[in-house]
Amino acid sequence: MQPAIYLDNNATTRVDPEVVSAMLPFFTEHFGNASSMHGFGTAAGAGLARARTQVQALLGAAHDHEVVFTSGGSESNATAILAALAASPERREIVTSAVEHPAVLALCQYLAKQEGYELHIIPVDDKGRLDLDAYRAALSERVAVVSIMWANNETGTIFPVEHLAVMAKALDIPFHTDAVQMVGKSTLSLADSAIDLLSLSGHKLHAPKGIGALYVKRGTRFRPLIRGGHQERGRRAGTENIPGIVGLGRAAELALAGLADENTRVRGLRDRLEQGLLARIEHCFVTGDVENRLPNTANIAFEFIEGEAILLLLNREGVAASSGSACTSGSLEPSHVMRAMGIPYTAAHGATRFSLSRETTEADIDRVIEVLPGIIARLRGLSPYWNAAEGTAKSFEPAYA
Amino acid sequence: MWNYSEKVKDHFFNPRNVGVLDAPDGVGEVGSIACGDALKLMIKVAPADARITDARFQTFGCGSAIASSSALTEMIIGKTIDEALTVTNQDIAGYLGGLPPEKMHCSVMGAEALRAAIANYRGEALEADDDEDGALVCKCFGITEGLLSRAIRTNALTTVETVTAYTKAGGSCATCRDKIEMVLGDVNAEMVSEGLLESAKAFRYRGRGLGETAPVTTPATARPTPPARPAQLRPAQAAVKPAGAKPAGGPMTLVKKIALIQEALEAVRPTFQRDGGDVELVDVEGDTVSVQLFGTCVDCSMSAFTLHMVQEKLSEALGRPVRVVPADDSMAA
Repeated sequence: MQPAIYLDNNATTRVDPEVVSAMLPFFTEHFGNASSMHGFGTAAGAGLARARTQVQALLGAAHDHEVVFTSGGSESNATAILAALAASPERREIVTSAVEHPAVLALCQYLAKQEGYELHIIPVDDKGRLDLDAYRAALSERVAVVSIMWANNETGTIFPVEHLAVMAKALDIPFHTDAVQMVGKSTLSLADSAIDLLSLSGHKLHAPKGIGALYVKRGTRFRPLIRGGHQERGRRAGTENIPGIVGLGRAAELALAGLADENTRVRGLRDRLEQGLLARIEHCFVTGDVENRLPNTANIAFEFIEGEAILLLLNREGVAASSGSACTSGSLEPSHVMRAMGIPYTAAHGATRFSLSRETTEADIDRVIEVLPGIIARLRGLSPYWNAAEGTAKSFEPAYA
Repeated sequence: MWNYSEKVKDHFFNPRNVGVLDAPDGVGEVGSIACGDALKLMIKVAPADARITDARFQTFGCGSAIASSSALTEMIIGKTIDEALTVTNQDIAGYLGGLPPEKMHCSVMGAEALRAAIANYRGEALEADDDEDGALVCKCFGITEGLLSRAIRTNALTTVETVTAYTKAGGSCATCRDKIEMVLGDVNAEMVSEGLLESAKAFRYRGRGLGETAPVTTPATARPTPPARPAQLRPAQAAVKPAGAKPAGGPMTLVKKIALIQEALEAVRPTFQRDGGDVELVDVEGDTVSVQLFGTCVDCSMSAFTLHMVQEKLSEALGRPVRVVPADDSMAA
């Protein structure tokens, strides 16, 4: 069954119909190779150039040539990290955080294991906030690259990345940030920042899957990951995915125009959802840094029940969400983000993420607030832990007449 | 989304026999909230013919865990105790029209709960199970040698990966991988000799020199070179250099080292005690520190993460990377 209420926008978003219509001519009409001399190529080249300035505007970048189109977030992350390492082969250390997306964390662990790099994995506290002392201590002239995400995909927690970049810059360390969740949700001004490299992904902002970009600040030392052609000024070979790029450009334009809505209306809906659920369901709490996070993300840990069961029952009610529980991932443990925050296991298995978008409506939110308390109660009714827990809670809450 | 059969979905959305039995004749409890799934099975048994007249369950877990519990109750009601004992996890999975391989451990949990409930009915002390069920192999998920052997036999498992999928053993910190290989090798060898398994398919444990060049060692004290680590390496096992650690000035005496480790452990103990657990130093061997976890920490699926935290603190205190592993009972003895 197709859920009618889609609250899993941190996983992927619906392609905006305006993005689709911007792309369509580039499949059948302006299908040329942007490198060709004829008219077909010229039209494709024009679409490419326009998209580059559209993405530049969303990032607040100083130059359009700082935008390198890639196949998506993972390619951008790999390119950024490997490019920085290749540019400073004498430096043998990497700094990253414990809550990165696997596209960064798994690559860094691979580099540590296979290439002998020394890895500094900066921990977070129980609210998911980065340990700044540990970060400061890890920085040295031996570090080849820092890669720290801007906003966390599971909790929405925002790291003070601009500040972290300044600290790295002081020691002349290239700074990369995986910003796939941040771009399109906050006003950015990379021209004024010390960030050297930034990854973004199209499908997180209503563009299609398979397209993304890497921001490379002018003057940053860089080695391409994919060699062969002169495309993207020699920084990413391969005939450009013109329809995807045009779509990303249009999506960037729409995201820029929607920033105010994202930070007022969408934020308000998110808060309404959270408050509504917390008021109606006992033994649950919001994970992450509540004061400092994406406007669209709510991650709520429901104690004494398991996330997959919540998702299956929500899905039956037409609501799509996601979970950091072990069972949904196919691994046997709750997500590394929940574990890094030290969320107790009684709650980590029931952590459920709702991620909104500009397409989310008040009716969507009200529907979730309506159905979820029953689902939680139903699963707790099945749980051998629940009665005991209820008893404990009661014993701590004096009854008032 | 998992590709669940219609039968699994039916038993998840409409679970049968949920709840608590008044004065049950047998109760079986397996798993723990830490492991991500747990099942409490209660049975009523007619004294005349030892027939199960009613069964109820309470389950914490995913869709297939709830469906497996529900199916189990349906399967055993009306069976005599002896008949019920023949129900295997394969039967539960089959009744449900199959389970995804990663979810087979849910059916194993059902079969184990049934076994425990019947043992309880027969008055066999569950506590005595430890001896009967052999040593704890996977500390993260509390999986014993006995459970591993049964799962390997019933499902004709021949790889460590499938053992993990069916029992969860080794699915967290993976420090028990070698022990799983030993059990797998032993059970497969038995199955071959009983004609239950083709010799070519059997898993052969490499640490014991079955025609290998590796030296023969006694299993109790053997600490063979670990085989290739599973793909999902955890930060704890990567070459993590503690942030902010200064290189030690010179070689450290063992006494000094242990004192520093004790001091660092004392500092983290309150965190454990808050959660009803505790941690204690067992041994220091080179850069490997064995610690014993107690209380709720023992079968907490977070224990790998916990160890990672301890590892960071110890590395910080010593100014050099160390590896923290759960103490092995047989080695500590």
